[in-house]
Amino acid sequence: MATQKGIMNTAMVQAIGVRKQFGSTEILKGIDLTVERGSVTCLIGPSGSGKTTFLRCINHLEKVSAGRLYVDQELVGYEERNGLLHEKKEKDTARARMSAGMVFQRFNLFPHMTVLENIIEAPTRVAGRPKRDVIPEAQKLLERVGLGDRGMAYPQELSGGQQQRIAIARALAMKPKLMLFDEPTSALDPELVGEVLEVMQALAETGMTMVVVTHELGFARQVGDHVVFMDAGVVVESGSPDDVFNSPQHARTQAFLSKVL
Amino acid sequence: MPALTSRRDERPNVTFVNRSVETDALTSSQSDPVVPLRHPVRLAIAIVLVIVAAGVAWDVAMNRGYRWDVVAQYVFAPRIISGAALTVGLTIVAMAIGIVFGTILAIMRLSANPIFRVIAGAYVWFFRGTPVLVQLIFWYNIAALYPVIVLGLPFGGPGIVIGSANVLIAPITAALLGLSLNEAAYMAEIIRSGIGAVDRGQYDAARALGMNGRLLMSRIVLPQAMRVVIPPTGNEIISMLKGTSLVSVLAISDLLYSAQIIYAANYQIIPLLIVASLWYLAMTSVLSFFQGKLERRYGRGFDVRTSRSRRWPLRKAS
Repeated sequence: MATQKGIMNTAMVQAIGVRKQFGSTEILKGIDLTVERGSVTCLIGPSGSGKTTFLRCINHLEKVSAGRLYVDQELVGYEERNGLLHEKKEKDTARARMSAGMVFQRFNLFPHMTVLENIIEAPTRVAGRPKRDVIPEAQKLLERVGLGDRGMAYPQELSGGQQQRIAIARALAMKPKLMLFDEPTSALDPELVGEVLEVMQALAETGMTMVVVTHELGFARQVGDHVVFMDAGVVVESGSPDDVFNSPQHARTQAFLSKVL
Repeated sequence: MPALTSRRDERPNVTFVNRSVETDALTSSQSDPVVPLRHPVRLAIAIVLVIVAAGVAWDVAMNRGYRWDVVAQYVFAPRIISGAALTVGLTIVAMAIGIVFGTILAIMRLSANPIFRVIAGAYVWFFRGTPVLVQLIFWYNIAALYPVIVLGLPFGGPGIVIGSANVLIAPITAALLGLSLNEAAYMAEIIRSGIGAVDRGQYDAARALGMNGRLLMSRIVLPQAMRVVIPPTGNEIISMLKGTSLVSVLAISDLLYSAQIIYAANYQIIPLLIVASLWYLAMTSVLSFFQGKLERRYGRGFDVRTSRSRRWPLRKAS
């Protein structure tokens, strides 16, 4: 939960009136949201509510149409000069993306590379670090997600749950300050969901700042510090898991929870 | 072998004990005699085809017009061999330029920069839309339009004279220009479709890791596009090998032109065309063989599960 310290100083992510339009359809209609450093924030809500779009905005995989979005006190995708927002160059945006790791619903591992190659790709090619430093780190990460012996396998040889754990290891290899999870268990067979959530919980316990779009309300309740309910492009309600799940204030939250729980 | 037969003897016993009667009729097919489905029409068509093929073979062998003695005399003639070598050389160089240039065009066509998109689009439109034979003859006759090649400013501004077009654009240069520039247009389309086949999620994942531009293309997108690009590229190489015969109009002594020179002297048109065809056929057969190997390798590396399940039944059957 938010502490009494100055918000601008501690926030890892700060959204002020963030809007996103695709053509004439407005997906995000002014999102105000603060993600505290070291906290786990879970975004819940019906599909089409804009959760995933907002998450993609944080990493600038989508361009923000209006409003301001700060990650670690840096404006995402734009530069502010003389009171005007200037679009950043693609190269600068790419560099800024390195501070956040992202895990996708459909894993998106690189199918033509082995597990180990997947993990060391960005640290060696993007960050330009030597292989001999990166490989032992990658091996440690693999062990951390419980797949220490699968470094030489190709992604297709692994189960969905294993692939998603590799994807988490790959994102962590860039030593991000922030981890973004986009429905990380939605594409998994039910019996494989647990192993991924366990890895995420262990990660949360290390103090990693996490933003998780999820339909796993059990995870949100147990691991989340902060739950944000979104619907139709706005934040309807947010607060501690206890507040949102046990005494939802808003009718739309109540309706959603009664359908899901 | 003895081990195999004894195992086969045991199997029915096991299934009889464990399985119900209905499934038994299906699973124990190895022990029960089964009358396979007959295909009488298939058999009849096969017989007719064998008779027709024999008739054609008989005619080809006995018709003196084919002059197999002349074919045998020329099939390894030095002139033909050097023509075949030139054909192979032209194919390799023109394809290499075509692939490299085509890749650049494909990336330009998919670029966010509208200027690149328009340039690549116009290039493909023009070079794919005009006959390669016309392009070859055009390059061959470029000296008629531009007798002197000058590097300089347009609208009659100052410039440096590079040389006479007739000297610079020799027939072989014209041939390579025509073939490779035309090929680049086709390769651009093939590579573009290959890039288009790469999952959008791959871009997201690579971008989220801080990759962009050249790194994203060369490390993530192009290697995955290869799987889709290789089969039609193999087609293009085979097509190019035969297509080089068009350069015979520029009096370049490739395989076809070498054959033409010989039959112009001895009037043995059909036998020498057979000689050339035999060489083309032999060379394209070699290429097809390697194309098949390459396709299997890339297909297997990419989708491990399907290629394995495809291999297992084969092993069981043997």
